Amino acid sequence: MLHIVNKSPLERPSLDACLRIAGPGTVLLIEDAVYAAARGSAAAPRLAEAMQRLKVCVLLPDAEARAIADRLIDGVTTVDYAGFVDLVAGHPNCQSWL
Amino acid sequence: MTEGIAKKFMFVNRSAPYGTVYALESLEVVLISAAFDQDVSLVFVDDGVWQLKKGQQTKGIETKNFSPTYRALEGYDVEKLYVERESLEARGLDEGDLLVDVTVLSSGELGRLMDEQDVVLSF
Repeated sequence: MLHIVNKSPLERPSLDACLRIAGPGTVLLIEDAVYAAARGSAAAPRLAEAMQRLKVCVLLPDAEARAIADRLIDGVTTVDYAGFVDLVAGHPNCQSWL
Repeated sequence: MTEGIAKKFMFVNRSAPYGTVYALESLEVVLISAAFDQDVSLVFVDDGVWQLKKGQQTKGIETKNFSPTYRALEGYDVEKLYVERESLEARGLDEGDLLVDVTVLSSGELGRLMDEQDVVLSF
């Protein structure tokens, strides 16, 4: 399953809910959720731990806009908009953690 | 301009720059207040500190990159920029990551500064 998160991890509990509930699959961080993958962020260790069972992707244009593309934690995969579409098409279903 | 009353205005910015419109709207109101010769302070707390992160490139999201405006505030006599240390640390940031000179304050210092204001506006 594909899980899409778009809220900052330090402002809303969306990412925490996603990581708590999600089974194996993929998490795609978009919009303000990309901050979770910034090295040194309070949310980064939680994301790193989740990577043991989930693949974590970050939408690169959103990371570039927020000036964190050069400080993403190890193990995350960056995707462009075409990659976003491929992820949606490549999973049987998806959940947006609004 | 006739002499008016200058009040102490504080703008409290707690939102990241592009996920919502708050950061951009705050800048607009800051520039208006400065045009009326008010004593303006900007505070960046929580995800608001991301507004000042160096190196924003918004071409990919087809959105205006308004971050250079923070560097132009000096030209409008808006020179009091404060950032909460605890907010920087929670995001793995330090002063060197910011695109403009700021004063870094502790939560307590920021609270005392807030108490001194006539008007506090939240974004």
